[in-house]
Amino acid sequence: MMLSKLPFLVKVKNVSSITFARMSSHFTFSPDTVGAQKFQGPREKLNMFQAINKALDQAMEKDKSAIFFGEDVAFGGVFRCSMNLQSKYGSDRVFNTPLCEQGIVGFGIGVANTGATAICEIQFADYIFPAFDQIVNEAAKCRYRSGNLFDAGSLTIRAPCGAVGHGALYHSQSPEGYFAHTPGLRVVVPRGPIQAKGLLLSCIKEKDPCIVLEPKTLYRAAVDEVPVDYFEYPLGKADVVRFGNDITLIGWGTQVHVLQEVAELAKKEHDVNCEVIDLVSILPWDKETVCNSVKKTGRVMIAHEAPKTCGFGAEVAATIQEECFLHLEAPVQRVTGYDTPFPHVFEPFYLPDKYRCLAAVNKLINF
Amino acid sequence: MALVRNLRQCIGKLKYRSSITNVQRYRCSTSLNNDENAQKDTQTSLFPGFTDAKYVSKLQITLPEQYEKIPIYRVMNKDGIIEDPSQDPNLSQETVTKMFRDMILLDTMDKILYESQRQGRISFYMTNFGEEAAQIGGAAALSNDDLIYAQYREAGILVWRGFTISQFVNQCFGNAEDEGKGKQMPVHYGSKRLNFVTISSPLGTQTPQAAGAAYALKLQKDNKRCVVTYFGEGASSEGDVHAAFNFSATLGCPLILFCRNNGYAISTPSHEQYKGDGIASRAAGYGIAAIRVDGTDIFAVYNAMKAAKEYVLKNNRPIVFECLAYRIGHHSTSDDSSAYRNTEELNVWNTVEHPINKLKNYMINREWWNEEEEKQFVKSVRKQILSQVNQSEKILKPDYKEMFNDVYYEMPSHLKEQMAELEEHIRDHAHHYPLKNFKG
Repeated sequence: MMLSKLPFLVKVKNVSSITFARMSSHFTFSPDTVGAQKFQGPREKLNMFQAINKALDQAMEKDKSAIFFGEDVAFGGVFRCSMNLQSKYGSDRVFNTPLCEQGIVGFGIGVANTGATAICEIQFADYIFPAFDQIVNEAAKCRYRSGNLFDAGSLTIRAPCGAVGHGALYHSQSPEGYFAHTPGLRVVVPRGPIQAKGLLLSCIKEKDPCIVLEPKTLYRAAVDEVPVDYFEYPLGKADVVRFGNDITLIGWGTQVHVLQEVAELAKKEHDVNCEVIDLVSILPWDKETVCNSVKKTGRVMIAHEAPKTCGFGAEVAATIQEECFLHLEAPVQRVTGYDTPFPHVFEPFYLPDKYRCLAAVNKLINF
Repeated sequence: MALVRNLRQCIGKLKYRSSITNVQRYRCSTSLNNDENAQKDTQTSLFPGFTDAKYVSKLQITLPEQYEKIPIYRVMNKDGIIEDPSQDPNLSQETVTKMFRDMILLDTMDKILYESQRQGRISFYMTNFGEEAAQIGGAAALSNDDLIYAQYREAGILVWRGFTISQFVNQCFGNAEDEGKGKQMPVHYGSKRLNFVTISSPLGTQTPQAAGAAYALKLQKDNKRCVVTYFGEGASSEGDVHAAFNFSATLGCPLILFCRNNGYAISTPSHEQYKGDGIASRAAGYGIAAIRVDGTDIFAVYNAMKAAKEYVLKNNRPIVFECLAYRIGHHSTSDDSSAYRNTEELNVWNTVEHPINKLKNYMINREWWNEEEEKQFVKSVRKQILSQVNQSEKILKPDYKEMFNDVYYEMPSHLKEQMAELEEHIRDHAHHYPLKNFKG
């Protein structure tokens, strides 16, 4: 498993900007207007890994019990998210662990059991599965099974996820659906630097165990004006990032940027007004914002990178059908990754890119 | 080496293992430096993974048989005689009596609750037969502030710490008096007040958690608390236990990794579980100190636990504590152990090698044991437990809506909706549900 990890970092570093652009060309980052409106005060221009780094810094500054650990985090992390933290907070609070995901999460639960704040990193979301037992059977159920005598509420797990152009099977996965099926967890996916900082700070403070899935393709590609001060982004709330009356497009993470382009194209080419919703929180998720939008537009498309069968889109679709049946003018559409492992050279054909999404929008409008 | 010497002092009989002796010999040759061959041998490796090893020009296969088996520390023989007076913990009559009575209480409770399951009054039970001394001897050497992460066969620790008969029995019935609110199977005890982290069924998961908790305690100012995690020899085959050994060693955690090696994991005998020298021998591979103890000898467990706690707190390092015993009872009430082991084997452990008998012999030798008093004690404990069973059975279960609490810190809206849905359903179909057994 590890063999594939470090060469990956080198690859990202050495790849020429042209190749890199081609490989990540399935989206164009849209600055976060909703996030910008929510939080006032001074701002700084940061990319997503820098915003995460600032969040970790402020969390550790604020909470003296907080520790941050994982594989290769001491030197700054393979994605640079923990740069300079060890020199600032010491090797007792920011440290490398042995290479063992079940150990990392188990260790984090124990830290949280004592009331201290545990922030851990799983190097790629693809490698979170060895910790699945600790997350699903232990962290998520700790408060419940003990009748609230013990909990793992001060545990936050960060993991880079999603397509990156060339990540193939084990550097591309979007595992949110697996965790969405687990009562007791909170799962969030940021779409850019403002959210990445605010959501991470919310998750660290939240009294439930949280998983932050960070789309790794945004670490460098997404640059925004991020509030300088400490702030928290609400959990369990979706963002309407574009208003429209004809159709509702729902996504999260990188896919929100794809959908914003789709909305632009649909307007330009077909005069269709799309409402774009970033779900932000996968669990618990914001049914109200979604259903209010669908009741208005009567048409809905859900798009995610993860495979279709039992993907989180299925949950959203089923809920919409239950809650908005009389308002629907067309069947709920899902545009997703295919039910295959995430491929290497076929990535451009695998992803629910803007062309597949736009085609689905047309189909829905013409139903 | 200091670590090994320490241990040797602690438990007297531990011999250096051959691997350690090799390192020592090599170090001598470096300092003498007068022999050509020795000089050749002093060439040390530059490999970052192991800078302390020497080169050899002859191929060596290191066989597991070359390692000397880790000895079993024992204080008292089966007749209750302390073999080496220097190892006598010199516990007061009061302490020894509490140890003995707690073992008896555990044993009596096990018998009654086991029967209760057989009568269908509780759904499940796991007894502690044969492991009473391993649990109580260790607990007696700890402070109640030391944090326990147990597997499930450690109820004796709770007995020692003062978990009441009603708390045990209410948990098994999952009634409204259970602090765990009836959510887990019987014997999944927990107590915040007694620093006993609530038990869960998945094996081994508690061990890396215990490492994390020990690490967090270490960072607290003037820490005097250690963490003890218990697991069976079967659970130690789980990946999580490997994680716990390695994390606690590399991150310097004041953690006692307490393995209850009772010979069986359900039906699987230990020789199908591992091929090495038990669990204690694994410690060295992780750079951890180790102790192996006769778990039927309460004083051996007590002394070793005391030394282990002192060691982990002084050094902020873990220790592996392998406690040998025999699982006299069935694995659980869902298991019939006669299907995979013979009764002759069992009889030895149930009589001369039984931990309660050994302590009783010790007490008889000291004239601390009074047959009449003991009879009275057993009788009164039996009465208390039986009456508690009758009482706990009658206490209503928690309100069914309790099912939705504590999933999250605050109940999210989707769970509130689901709770309302169930309430509405129950209103219309109440006669299909056992509502009379539940509060509300």
